Amino acid sequence: MPRRNVMSDPLARLGSGVSSALARFFLNFGRFWVFSGHAIEFIPVELVGLRGWRRLLPQCFYIGTRSVPVIMMTGTFIGMVLIVQGWAQFDAAGLTDRLGAIVVTSLCLELGPVLAGVMLAGRAGGALTAELGTMNVTEQLLALRSMGADPIRHLVTPRFLACLTLAPLLTCYANLMGTLGAFVVYAGVYGGDTEPFWYWITQTVQVWDLGSGLFKSLFFGGAIGLVSCYNGFHCDPGAQGVGQACTQSFVISFILILMLDLFLGLVLNGLYDVWYGFRPLI
Amino acid sequence: MSDNDGPIIELRGVSKSFGRQHVLDQINLAIETRKNTVIIGRSGTGKSVLLKHIVGLLRPDRGEVYFEGQQIDRLSEAAWVPIRQQISCVFQLNALFDSMTVLENVAFPMTENRRGRLDRDRVRELARRCLEIVGLAGFDPKYPAQLSGGEKKRVAIARAIAIDPPPKVILYDEPTAGLDPQRSDVINKLIRQMQATVDVTGVVVTHDMKTAAEVGDRVLMLYSGHFIADGTPAEVLRAQDPRVRRFAQGTAEPSDISSLLAEQE
Ligand SMILES: Nc1ncnc2c1ncn2[C@@H]1O[C@H](COP(=O)(O)OP(=O)(O)O)[C@@H](O)[C@H]1O
Ligand SMILES: [Mg+2]
Repeated sequence: MPRRNVMSDPLARLGSGVSSALARFFLNFGRFWVFSGHAIEFIPVELVGLRGWRRLLPQCFYIGTRSVPVIMMTGTFIGMVLIVQGWAQFDAAGLTDRLGAIVVTSLCLELGPVLAGVMLAGRAGGALTAELGTMNVTEQLLALRSMGADPIRHLVTPRFLACLTLAPLLTCYANLMGTLGAFVVYAGVYGGDTEPFWYWITQTVQVWDLGSGLFKSLFFGGAIGLVSCYNGFHCDPGAQGVGQACTQSFVISFILILMLDLFLGLVLNGLYDVWYGFRPLI
Repeated sequence: MSDNDGPIIELRGVSKSFGRQHVLDQINLAIETRKNTVIIGRSGTGKSVLLKHIVGLLRPDRGEVYFEGQQIDRLSEAAWVPIRQQISCVFQLNALFDSMTVLENVAFPMTENRRGRLDRDRVRELARRCLEIVGLAGFDPKYPAQLSGGEKKRVAIARAIAIDPPPKVILYDEPTAGLDPQRSDVINKLIRQMQATVDVTGVVVTHDMKTAAEVGDRVLMLYSGHFIADGTPAEVLRAQDPRVRRFAQGTAEPSDISSLLAEQE
């Protein structure tokens, strides 16, 4: 067979490489939505039956309960370090009373949901991909299908639901511990007045801040669940394929969290502006 | 049932390719009821692919698959469920669920498909009986990771028969691969026993000539996409075709050796 001209021309080779990568991307993108559609479609039937709950609750334990310590720790340290970084500036302006309120607002709006999401992606997302990927390469997914059980319903829907519902709960833990951490450093290290700390928090932080953070975390959790499960279901054979899929899950979940955060931030701020107008924080 | 004398499973002109690789090329195969049909062939010739077409885990590019006279290759995943309750698989890697005990694994097809019509005690009792049949009584609380290769295979066989009513067909994918000769013999006897006691049609895929000879009523050899031998085990062992003879005797093909030598240079 004569060598095809396309392959010898570097530019053409680059072109064909890019176009095949693009084709692969769109193929995966399409498959991902079909996969997600199936997983979501089974939510109602899974929630009515007792068996659905028997599958869901253990997942909640593995994904949620096991993540609580690490998320509480992350939250605490972030709350602490924000006070450390903000103290000098606020002190110079004579506004240390308000520092706590600023820190808690940023925790509720951004840091709580994003950090809880990232920790969930790292701890639970990787584990989900590894588990489902192993099931994939050892033919367990095929075995499920061959016994007339739908692997997406059995494996993906409960994991997706657990990630979706637990992300906001874990965010609450991160917010709470961040606030306590901030208070400890504020009062314990810098000797700030405790009463204005709490007073200004009640004056500044609104239900909207807490609510929009939790709302965003719902999306983060959902994205983590679907991406991790999808990668597990579609990993290459062998231990190496599973390992790669795990890394990929974390990277993609992480990027998705940040992208969703930006997008939802824009939308939610726009809504706030329309409904309530501008709000000065200080 | 419908037509007891006709073939229980029939493949007509089934072709399957993955990209440019043509794995199955116009396969015709009629599997007789209550006989063990063995498909032999070198690794990578598409034996597992062929089996997966029978349970709808892969769809043919061209051709049709029939189960008891009903065309099944175009069914939706939901419509496959009643068919799959009559055809069980023993996978090459066993595919036991790691997170479940042996008993839960064996009980799984029953708890899944019967929609709660069997109560839990009855399911457990049936699962225990299936474990007894494969000689693993008392293994219920163990996890798959705690079992040897042969024991895992036997659990997989127990799971395959653990549906009520019992399956009409069991597909075995390389049931003796990776087992020592003694344990292979146990599995071979078990496959024969399934045929006799559970009255099931067996389709066995293997690259082990000994297994083929022991469990097979009919042996076919798959070679680059189609069958090049078909007959009783004795007939296939006596075949004149050099490709079949080399497989039966376990000698390499000249082309393999020349490519090996080419690699060394
Ligand atoms: N899902 C798949 N996608 C792509 N290629 C596949 C797939 N399944 C099998 N193949 C290819 O088909 C060929 C036959 O595979 P298989 O049926 O597993 O062989 P064996 O006879 O050893 O069981 C192999 O070359 C394998 O790479
Ligand atoms: Mg195989």
